[in-house]
Amino acid sequence: MNLDTPSSPHIHSGVRINSMMLRVCLALVPAIIAYTWFFGWGLCINILLAVATALCAEALMLRIRQRPIAPFLTDGSALVTGLLLAFCIPPFAPWWITVMGAAFAIIVAKQLYGGLGYNPFNPAMVGYVMLLISFPLEMTQWVPPNIVNQLEIGFIDTLNIIFTGNFPYQLSIDALTMATPLDTIKTELGLNVTVTEIIRGNAIFGDFGGVGWEWVGNWVLLGGIWLIYKHIISWHIPVALLGSLVIISFFFFMLDPDAYPSPMFHLFSGATLLAAFFIATDPVSASTTPRGRIYYGIGIGVLIYVIRTWGGYPDGVAFAVLLMNMAAPTIDYYTQPRVYGHPKAHHTIHPSRRDDGDKP
Amino acid sequence: MQRLFQFHGGVQLKEHKRDATAQPVQAARLPRQLVLPLQQHIGTPAEAIVAVGDKVRKGQLIAKPVGVISAPVHASSSGTVVAIAKHAVSHPSHLSAPCIIIDTDGEERWTEDRQPVADYHQLPPEAIRARIRDAGIVGMGGAGFPAHVKLDPSQHAVDTLILNGAECEPYITCDEMLLREHALEVIVGLRIMRYALQARRCIIGIENNKKAAFLALREQVRNTGADFIDVVQVPTVYPTGGEKQLIQVLTGMEVPSGGLPLDIGVVCHNVGTAYAVYRAIEFGEPLISRYVTVAGSVAKARNLDVLIGTPVIDLIEECGGNRNTLSRVILGGPMMGVALHDVTVPVTKTTNCILAFAKTGDVPLASKGSQPMPCIRCGNCAEACPVDLLPQQLYWYARAKDFDKIQDYHLFDCIECGCCDYVCPSQIPLVHYFRYAKTEIWAQQHEKALANIARERHQFREQRLEREKLEKQQRHQQKRAALDAQKGDAGSSADAAKKAAIQAAMERAKNKREANTIQPRNIDNLTPDQQRKIDEANARRKALEARADVGAAQDSEQ
Repeated sequence: MNLDTPSSPHIHSGVRINSMMLRVCLALVPAIIAYTWFFGWGLCINILLAVATALCAEALMLRIRQRPIAPFLTDGSALVTGLLLAFCIPPFAPWWITVMGAAFAIIVAKQLYGGLGYNPFNPAMVGYVMLLISFPLEMTQWVPPNIVNQLEIGFIDTLNIIFTGNFPYQLSIDALTMATPLDTIKTELGLNVTVTEIIRGNAIFGDFGGVGWEWVGNWVLLGGIWLIYKHIISWHIPVALLGSLVIISFFFFMLDPDAYPSPMFHLFSGATLLAAFFIATDPVSASTTPRGRIYYGIGIGVLIYVIRTWGGYPDGVAFAVLLMNMAAPTIDYYTQPRVYGHPKAHHTIHPSRRDDGDKP
Repeated sequence: MQRLFQFHGGVQLKEHKRDATAQPVQAARLPRQLVLPLQQHIGTPAEAIVAVGDKVRKGQLIAKPVGVISAPVHASSSGTVVAIAKHAVSHPSHLSAPCIIIDTDGEERWTEDRQPVADYHQLPPEAIRARIRDAGIVGMGGAGFPAHVKLDPSQHAVDTLILNGAECEPYITCDEMLLREHALEVIVGLRIMRYALQARRCIIGIENNKKAAFLALREQVRNTGADFIDVVQVPTVYPTGGEKQLIQVLTGMEVPSGGLPLDIGVVCHNVGTAYAVYRAIEFGEPLISRYVTVAGSVAKARNLDVLIGTPVIDLIEECGGNRNTLSRVILGGPMMGVALHDVTVPVTKTTNCILAFAKTGDVPLASKGSQPMPCIRCGNCAEACPVDLLPQQLYWYARAKDFDKIQDYHLFDCIECGCCDYVCPSQIPLVHYFRYAKTEIWAQQHEKALANIARERHQFREQRLEREKLEKQQRHQQKRAALDAQKGDAGSSADAAKKAAIQAAMERAKNKREANTIQPRNIDNLTPDQQRKIDEANARRKALEARADVGAAQDSEQ
């Protein structure tokens, strides 16, 4: 008789990395639908492109690094990276933008650092920032929802735009793209126009943020809340991030409503909600202690506001996340919880431990 | 109404408790052979006082305790000692341990020296403790600490005696069944313990998924009018049944790290221990049997009243398990139990549950065969940890063998409950890593201690040699001084004469030396020719000497 003799515990919750990652993808489905509704089929094609590229790059790198391919390819992490990156790329961006971003995210930001669990930065954000810095033109061409609707750009049209660069009706991309709500606010504020005037005079603004953007935001929020409810992510980072962003934007908004947009605008514009629930909560690159996650979230919220308001980029989410990724290990070190039976948490700065008294 | 507190983390587990509680407890079949390990507790193993071939009776002392933290062993049934030898026991490293093996005769004849106590109040607390010690009672919740030691308040004033009825691991129901069937006896046992400890009040903590047991206890407390006993329901969260966690839930206090519950005026015992104490005092019976849950993929999961020393396989087969289809047998619960390598391992005083899983069983056992994934720092482990550790960091440092850093992160506060492992989406065997790190650190400390001893021994040797040398010198000096003193008494005149004679001799010798060093006369009045020859000879000698010097220098260089 041969008996198994593994060490305890002998049971497991059954929650695996891939089931966590799949739930993250599932939580994004409502937002994907809303996005497609407002901005056309571009996102769906981008998702397919990005995910396929991410998986191929992952498989290639695992092969080169001589790691087992099947378990890592099916863990769902490359899937999530591709999905999140596709979410950040303009829906009608040329195909090579998406492919390049996804490949860079997986190969450089993830696999070159050691693969799953070892990347210090969020791969999707690294891919996005690389694209944003290298191809600013392609990365800022957004076709707003009203134009997508007017022109009735269908699935085939979208494929055509993405792969050949040919817009329907012989229109050019320059003719169709417009600044995003965040862009508009930033540029117009620079021209001494008040926030109220900017919003009133422009069709891309809806109730809180941009017309389509705010709806996508709603559904992202819904998916995020579901993730918290399912214990896939903890509440700390989203609450801290959104809380700090609301507080700081409310403060400036009260100071001068003409010069600073309202907290609601900040929440429902750009990638704020996506960052709060899906990007900043990437466990590998985020802080892991409960208190640390709060500081980490606050840091991102504040940085988003600072970059949006006084920085050179209209949306600071990617930079804020990457900057806080760098701080995560230090935050973790100084936010160790107080262990049961100890008077207070232990965090000395010097690495050498207590002297054991074994000096002669 | 008792106010309850919460401990950090913990996990909700599927209970699997229904099956084994469906029928009353019954006595297990008498095994053909009993295997009684000399060590069934934490501390020093007992010492056998019977020999092979001896006839023993039920309840007879067969091994006596050694030292304070130790417990005696009694024969669980009558029969013949057939061996005192190593036998497979429950041990994570598959070690075997010395056991007394008894062939039972089926007669169940009791020993005659049982001494029931009619009224325990007549005896002083020390005498009660002595009787509990003589009955071989150890903590029956799993750790097996000798009960009499934990019933000794020593210098502390004990405020609260907690009885642990929070059986939080899945499948295990032996305490629950004991409370259902013997609530009154447990309460009497508790009162005896309270008397031994001189504690002010008692709390019985019981998980709120054991309604019947709770009601039975409350009923008996009311009947006996023991108003100093609170029966309290606590939330069903694993590991509420951990001593430190239960104390926290019931009192809000934390046992200091590295300390004992006694340090905060609390003592915690298992309900099974209270029952054993009751039997020891009321009937003079030693601890020779206990309730054991047999569950898993056996046909009839149930609780049995088992003689200590019964082989595990006997019980599995009695409950409809099949020896040939077993794939994993766990002693204890699925979270902290030890997987057995041998099914002839005996039930000991600390065995509360036997889980037998068949190969084709539909039981959700963790398959440790699959390769764990890398840690993604999701923090689920830290969220689940009941002592608020950061298992993900501990794991990191254990892998890096950074044993200093891992202690900074309080490795030794880990209670090995397995919550982190249970929730880890990467299926990393975290507890396994922590055990490994602890063992390594203990080994290092042991080596360091040995090195220290060796160094001290060396230093002592050096000091001793030095001291002996000094003593020798002193002895010599003393001896000489003594001799001098003797001579000194002989008279100073003779001494003076002797000195004068010595002086004269020395003078003579000096004159003689001076006479010898006088220059030879034949170098005076030399002719120039003679002088030249002498000079030439001197020059040659000098040249030769110089050459010899050069040669020597070269030799040394080579």
